[in-house]
Amino acid sequence: MSATSASATASTAPGPDNALRELLTSVDRGRQRKNRTMTGLVWAAFFLAMTPLFSLLWTVLSHGLAKFTPYFLLHSMRNVSGGMDAGGAYHAIAGTLLITLGTTVISVPIGLLAAIYLVEYGKGPLARAVTFFVDVMTGIPSIVAGLFAFAVFAIFFGPGVRLGVMGSVALALLMIPVVVRSSEEMLRLVPNELREAAYALGVPKWLTIVKVVLRTSVAGLTTSVLLAVARVIGETAPLLIAVGTTASINFNLFAGRMMTLPVFIYDQYHQGPARCARNATNCLVSINLDRAWAAALTLLLIVVILNLVGRLVTWLFAPKLR
Amino acid sequence: MAQRIDVKDLNIYYGSFLAVSDVSMSIEPRSVTALIGPSGCGKSTFLRSLNRMHEVIPGARVEGTVAMDGVDLYGPAVDPVAVRRQVGMVFQRPNPFPTMSIAENVLAGVRLNNKKISKSDAADLVERSLVGANLWKEVKDRLDRPGSSLSGGQQQRLCIARAIAVTPQVLLMDEPASALDPISTLAIEDLISELKASYTIVIVTHNMQQAARVSDRTGFFNIEGAGKPGRLVEIDDTATIFSTPRQQQTEDYISGRFG
Repeated sequence: MSATSASATASTAPGPDNALRELLTSVDRGRQRKNRTMTGLVWAAFFLAMTPLFSLLWTVLSHGLAKFTPYFLLHSMRNVSGGMDAGGAYHAIAGTLLITLGTTVISVPIGLLAAIYLVEYGKGPLARAVTFFVDVMTGIPSIVAGLFAFAVFAIFFGPGVRLGVMGSVALALLMIPVVVRSSEEMLRLVPNELREAAYALGVPKWLTIVKVVLRTSVAGLTTSVLLAVARVIGETAPLLIAVGTTASINFNLFAGRMMTLPVFIYDQYHQGPARCARNATNCLVSINLDRAWAAALTLLLIVVILNLVGRLVTWLFAPKLR
Repeated sequence: MAQRIDVKDLNIYYGSFLAVSDVSMSIEPRSVTALIGPSGCGKSTFLRSLNRMHEVIPGARVEGTVAMDGVDLYGPAVDPVAVRRQVGMVFQRPNPFPTMSIAENVLAGVRLNNKKISKSDAADLVERSLVGANLWKEVKDRLDRPGSSLSGGQQQRLCIARAIAVTPQVLLMDEPASALDPISTLAIEDLISELKASYTIVIVTHNMQQAARVSDRTGFFNIEGAGKPGRLVEIDDTATIFSTPRQQQTEDYISGRFG
């Protein structure tokens, strides 16, 4: 608007411009309706997605809390039989933690180094091949991973061998691709400017990677490792094949069968209702199912605790802005 | 500790694409050399070839020689990492390390190279470098705060402090003030004038007033068209370039009659 017309408007019409007011206050009913509809749909989709989650949490809690006692967490199934109101998941908790630790020890170095190769060094056909095979590995059915570990160890230790470390190998096969892909994303998020800043200070490439790239992305890398752990900690089939079942405590990954929580849950559920004699005192018909639910709750809590630890690490190492 | 740089017949490539063609120039020690020219004319590419940062990009390579006091930086036995310790660089956008405090950022060149340094030496180096970058007074009470808590202009001076903490011979600056407001720009320009007493400085800038204000010599790069290589049109004393340039292109560019 030119200066003359502005001053003319100011002198003749000091009140608000009615045409403009009309323009600014008129409402597009159709657009508002669409807006409300879409907002409603988004909320509906949100609740639809949350329903199974809360239903699952509620079911596990309500069924699992009954037997979720210190006794359950601290006793194995040794010398427990029939419908005895005894026994616990201590051996399975120990097995799950040890085997998952073994898996992490195998997967994180391999996965992280592969991701570093892909982001910092890889180019040409080799990098494309690595990416392709990592994608293929993501799709390996877990039972196949179990059979693979079983077959490999059978070559060296004879058929029928079952060891905790076999479970770690089987799970590592499933975990490595997850670690590679998510770590790759995290490393790519590190701005190139930081690498160049380090190079310009005369820092060699490997030190730049270790001290700048990894240090800057450590929070994200922790998250990606924990997500990968969460991915494999609930695996049942490969452990059933490679590690087997046992009622006793076994802390040695390299000798004998071990129990794990998912397999324990399957095993207990599989036994179904216990048969109790008519006037038996220490006998519960539902004991096996109760143990299965309590073990499910334990597994869920382990995953929750891992996530909380991850949050803590992320918070401690994240780049701070003020 | 300032050195001269002689560039001879330098061709710079990205893969098979010739980005900068046939540059020869001498960069005098303890002076500021400004490189001006339109976008895409290869002045930043040329600057990055002076400390072998160019080859960080896959497929990038150069032909010709860049000699620092007679030693070819592209010679067969020369380690690019060692070159970059002698020829420091400040980038267009301030890039302090986000995981490090102000003091750690200044010490980055030492610490990232796994060199041991005693606490008192480290404190000395931090103070000396920050004083050198005109930032000490503003940050001396919050050296342990993150580098990214500073303003843009302060961050850029922190990056300069980080660069001079490794005591390079030459300091390259790639449009160091283009992301900053006029006051911070002035602070950087004052700093450049101070730094030239002890360093050889090469600065790329889009701002011709800035080139006229801070530099002793000015080189003008130009490009004939898209896909053609950039060339050094002429280099001379800044006063000459901005008053009586020898080439018509230069005069057109600095008087705003370009293209």
